[in-house]
Amino acid sequence: MFLSQHRRHRVLPGFGLTMGFSLTYLSLLILIPLAGIFFKSAEHGWPHFWHAVSGQFAVASYRLSFGASLASAAVNAVFGLIVAWALVRYEFPGKRLVDACVDLPFALPTAVAGIALTTIYSPHGWIGRSFSAQGFIGSAFTPSGWFGQHFPPGTWLGDLLPGNGIPIAYTWLGVTIALTFIGLPFVVRTVQPVLADLRLDFEEAAASLGANYAQIFCRVILPELLPALLTGFSLAFARALGEYGSVIFIAGNIPGKTEITPRVIIVKLEDYDYAGAAAVAVVMLLFSFIIMLAINLTQWWSSRFYTRI
Amino acid sequence: MRKLAIKKLILLPGLLALSGVIGQAQAKSVNLLNVSYDPTRELYRDYNKLFVEYWHKKTGDHLTIDVSNGGSGKQARAVIDGLAADVVTLALAADINAIAEKSQLLPADWQRRFPNNSSPYTSVIVFLVRKGNPKHIKDWDDLVKPGVSVITPNPRTSGGARWNFLAAWAFAQKQLGQDEAGAKAFVTALFKNVPVLDTGARGSTNTFAQRGIGDVLLAWENEALLVLRDNADQFEIVTPSLSILAEPPVAVVEKTAEKHQTTEVARAYLEYLYSEAGQELAARHFYRPHNAAILAKFPVFKKLTLVTIDGDFGGWEKAQPHYFGDGGVFDQIYQSNKK
Repeated sequence: MFLSQHRRHRVLPGFGLTMGFSLTYLSLLILIPLAGIFFKSAEHGWPHFWHAVSGQFAVASYRLSFGASLASAAVNAVFGLIVAWALVRYEFPGKRLVDACVDLPFALPTAVAGIALTTIYSPHGWIGRSFSAQGFIGSAFTPSGWFGQHFPPGTWLGDLLPGNGIPIAYTWLGVTIALTFIGLPFVVRTVQPVLADLRLDFEEAAASLGANYAQIFCRVILPELLPALLTGFSLAFARALGEYGSVIFIAGNIPGKTEITPRVIIVKLEDYDYAGAAAVAVVMLLFSFIIMLAINLTQWWSSRFYTRI
Repeated sequence: MRKLAIKKLILLPGLLALSGVIGQAQAKSVNLLNVSYDPTRELYRDYNKLFVEYWHKKTGDHLTIDVSNGGSGKQARAVIDGLAADVVTLALAADINAIAEKSQLLPADWQRRFPNNSSPYTSVIVFLVRKGNPKHIKDWDDLVKPGVSVITPNPRTSGGARWNFLAAWAFAQKQLGQDEAGAKAFVTALFKNVPVLDTGARGSTNTFAQRGIGDVLLAWENEALLVLRDNADQFEIVTPSLSILAEPPVAVVEKTAEKHQTTEVARAYLEYLYSEAGQELAARHFYRPHNAAILAKFPVFKKLTLVTIDGDFGGWEKAQPHYFGDGGVFDQIYQSNKK
């Protein structure tokens, strides 16, 4: 009864106007440029499209771009949750400062972030030095070190880190770190308000009913946080996929090895192959769309699953 | 009503004064846009001052010259996409060829409009190594040895890197007597020693000089000398036995200049690069001048055997798609590197 009344008398008038505005706005900014990419990619026909998107370097770049983006979003989901937890649940000196720091990756020009990260994680940088073959952590990962002895080349771990310390800059690790950096605020900022609204009495009630810490976390807190966490995860993932500015400095850009997909697109543009560049972009768009859809379905499914319990 | 009239009265003289300023400016001032590549930033900053003065003395006109710098290929694409450059001064003829071909803004024979293939200054490819040359790098064949780490930008995106690639190729053919397959194997081995491929020459210089990555940087001579001038205690230059004559060309974008009515000044701007003052300035910025007398004044330019793009590789029209096109020799190197 209340609802139907509410519908007849909207708080804000002008549905037609706002809807028209939204559609025009979305078309100009998103739909028309994206449609342009589709048309451009079809310019030279199917064989050219297929040749562009199935090339050895392009396929290798999908693996790197999607793999590193998923990995960085997963890392952010875990550690972003911890940061949000610390910021909401505890009082400590300098809390406002830490809170403000979380937003820095938003504000910083991505190129600056890329250069800073590369400087620190390169084999001569502050952190990269310890992980190089001569460093105190990296030396375990040489053929004579502990790791090298246990995982010689040929085992999958041995192939992943082939006995030269742990080089970070100019490898897939560096790419993942850069993407983690730019994705952090998304998880923290989506989880934080939900966590702040979460009432402590729920946890107290659970505890008084005899639940242990793990049970409280998994059965009481996580179900409430999961939708926000998934949103943060998908935002961080989407941002990571499109990132170019910061990654380009820390990825080695070796074709077929450390070249991200946006970089493959740039290389095609340099070649004046506009249709090929658009084709790779289309593949990226479709993949991203499918993954985003899957995440949204998971979110919908999880909310149903938990409300049933 | 009266208020409005007063406002108009105040506005009128202001508008008149403003239009006077604009009118005067239109009569005497000219704007010129030079679209150039990355390492010429310092050269054209100084050259513009020189030319503005010269032009003012000659014609009385006030000239404002803007320069846009960036990777050579990216700049060419910007001009094709509509950046209204009056002149282009890029890293290689292939990029200006692309502009001529795709936008028709300048004629196909643009390279015959100025002397020396339209290249007022040239450069060569040299090695920059760390002080004391700890890896004993003397020539191109030292670069393929295991354990030597080589820094060069990606030839697909950097003009300078294409010269690097072709110089290594020429060395394998001329000094080692290799055939096409042998030269490819040589260059493949060289690129196996490259840990990071930056997009442009400046990026590679930073990777080598600032981050301390690699044992040797393949660089434009002008870029290497610039680094050395500021850090003589950290690096030294090794001149290989053979290199390539890099000819960065210049051209008037004729249709755009016509539209801007700047054809005359644009031509003069590029011609003046060949004058004694222009050549001397280029030499001071470590570009090799054509003028032999001025070249002799600068002992930093060592004599060395040079191959040329037109004489040894059949010109950029042939070399560009063969070596650096999609699926070209450079792509094949990385496809075979994977195995």
